[in-house]
Amino acid sequence: MVAVEVSHITKSFTDKVAVDDLSFSVAQGEIFGLIGPNGAGKTTTIRMMMDILKPDSGDVTILGEKLSEATKNKLGYLPEERGLYRKMRVLDSIIYLASLKGVDARSAEEKANELLNQTGMLSHKAKKIEELSRGMGQIIQFIVSIIHDPELVVLDEPFAGLDPVNTELLKGMLLDLRNQGKALILSTHQMNEIEELSDRILMINHGRSVLYGNLAEIKSKYRSNSVLLEFEGELGEVPGVTGKRTHKGYVELVLDGNTTSQQVLERLVSRGMVINRFEVATPPLNEIFLRLVGKNRE
Amino acid sequence: MNKTLLILRHEFGHTVKRRGFIVMTLIVPLIALLLIGVFQFTSGIAGPTVEAMTIGYVDELGGFQQYTSQGNITLVRFDTANDATDALVRGSINEYFVIPQDYISTGVINRYTLERQLAASPAITAAINNFLLNNLLAGKVPEATITRIEAPLNLVSIRLTETGEVDTEQGGYGNFVIPFVFGILLALSIIISSTYLLQGLGEEKENRLIEILLSSVSARQLLTGKVLGIGAAGLVQVAVWVIAAPLLLNLASSSIGGFISTIQLPANFIALAVVYFILGYSLFAVISASVGAVSSGSREGQQLIGLFTLPLLIPLWFTSLMMFFPDNPAWVFFAIFPLSAPVEVIMRLGVSDIPAWQLVASMAVLVLSIIGILLLTIRIFRTYLLMYGKRPGIGEVLRSLRNG
Repeated sequence: MVAVEVSHITKSFTDKVAVDDLSFSVAQGEIFGLIGPNGAGKTTTIRMMMDILKPDSGDVTILGEKLSEATKNKLGYLPEERGLYRKMRVLDSIIYLASLKGVDARSAEEKANELLNQTGMLSHKAKKIEELSRGMGQIIQFIVSIIHDPELVVLDEPFAGLDPVNTELLKGMLLDLRNQGKALILSTHQMNEIEELSDRILMINHGRSVLYGNLAEIKSKYRSNSVLLEFEGELGEVPGVTGKRTHKGYVELVLDGNTTSQQVLERLVSRGMVINRFEVATPPLNEIFLRLVGKNRE
Repeated sequence: MNKTLLILRHEFGHTVKRRGFIVMTLIVPLIALLLIGVFQFTSGIAGPTVEAMTIGYVDELGGFQQYTSQGNITLVRFDTANDATDALVRGSINEYFVIPQDYISTGVINRYTLERQLAASPAITAAINNFLLNNLLAGKVPEATITRIEAPLNLVSIRLTETGEVDTEQGGYGNFVIPFVFGILLALSIIISSTYLLQGLGEEKENRLIEILLSSVSARQLLTGKVLGIGAAGLVQVAVWVIAAPLLLNLASSSIGGFISTIQLPANFIALAVVYFILGYSLFAVISASVGAVSSGSREGQQLIGLFTLPLLIPLWFTSLMMFFPDNPAWVFFAIFPLSAPVEVIMRLGVSDIPAWQLVASMAVLVLSIIGILLLTIRIFRTYLLMYGKRPGIGEVLRSLRNG
């Protein structure tokens, strides 16, 4: 089933066009990356999906229908800029915001305790929000966005401000949600951060779609025909390799058009070299982005 | 549960638990109790006294020898102004005055004192006045007449009903005290409640919680829940005061008596106080909501809302004018003008009767204003609630009202 169907939405503000004829869809059970630089129109797109802003033209369907009060209950949202009632206690905040998603107080408390425990925040549940650190507050907001067991979760810059431990924790929880068949949309300008998580992506710039589709396919399409090699000993000349760039700890070999990476590997192994790492180089997303945007630049 | 109701309950609970709200609600009756206590205490130990003092006088006209004791003030005769000045400088008298030879034709008395003051105190003036009066009339009219001339008028007004019986509601200052105090309280309560609303919206806007809320409920549910929740809290506050007032009044009049026992609540007062709180608060709540939506943060919002709270306070500035000129048409205008109506009507109840048509007109204008502003607010609420950090110009707001 399609979780989100966005077709030809456009939104302008007084001074500029924020989103320009954007279309995409997100399926259940996938993690969808919405990526682009700052000011590309990601947050405006999300706000239109969440019915916080109305598009000037175009349509959004969420879980097969126009967003209504009932569908809002099946939707979780972590806004880009974070905040909660500063004077309210952690548990009370979670229960109140869950109640606005149609969860009754008792099950909200049960679920809140469970999630607080899972994120290691249980000991803070009686604290006021203002006593928490920024990262802790963000975890609480993440809990708020998933406590009502939503079908679709939209997270705007979910990892910004999190330490590595919490980042890993969050990634694990996101993968769990995906495996439960939920649709997840992650929006970020730190493109590399969600590479390992996303099944499909939409890359936007100046409100327009730049790149859209399956991440693995995109990466293989933009592959630069080179391999990364970590080895012991001397490399010497390798047939089929036209260039060699030395990075810290490894070497990048650029292949000629007629040679495959498999052939290079065979040649290296036949020399009896000790190889610690052999990897087909795929460009990171931000490199692909720069390549695409650089091309469009006049 | 209905989401509007959930927000209402949350906002109500949040407001009544605020320290400022609790203090304000309880402190008003407590201060009143305290004042009653202080009054009882001080009236028990000290009688109304004027400090004992000695005033010298020089009688150039002659014939002013008697009645030299006026309450606590003793009058001492001197032969010449120089003697009196010496006594004043030495400190044996507090001050002196001279009755010149042409006093009968001019009435001028020169008073000499070491103190720097605006005018002689009323006690001294009264003492000198009575001293002169008594001496002038001594032997010419009976003693009882002199006493009457000293205070010829003790005006007691009695209001009759249309059937000629003594009215139960007598008016006068006793009738004005409660409406006056309540006018202030009502203004405070309305301003505080709408400030809470403004602060809440500003806070949600500043910390972006508004996005989470709007992804859960509609703008209308959010607005309605907030306005009703905070309004209910304000109503509880007013109810506490309204209930406390007659109780405290009974306590006060039985223990203090005098002027306090003449204090009474005008007819329909409680009902009108509640109605005007509800109408006044609703009006300021919808104004606050639109100001909250348009302004960039809670601080700027509070400055903007000041423009609207000023008219609410107009009746309080003109209290004394209202007391002395209760029939001026200006009061009719302020009673109907929606921003000033809540306080104006409550205060005027204490001064004079308000014709029924004015009450009806005043309430009707309030209700229409509330509905009108509410409709406008819902149109702009959503657009501007999400515009952070930048306040739209008036032209822009008007444009979005049209397109909304």
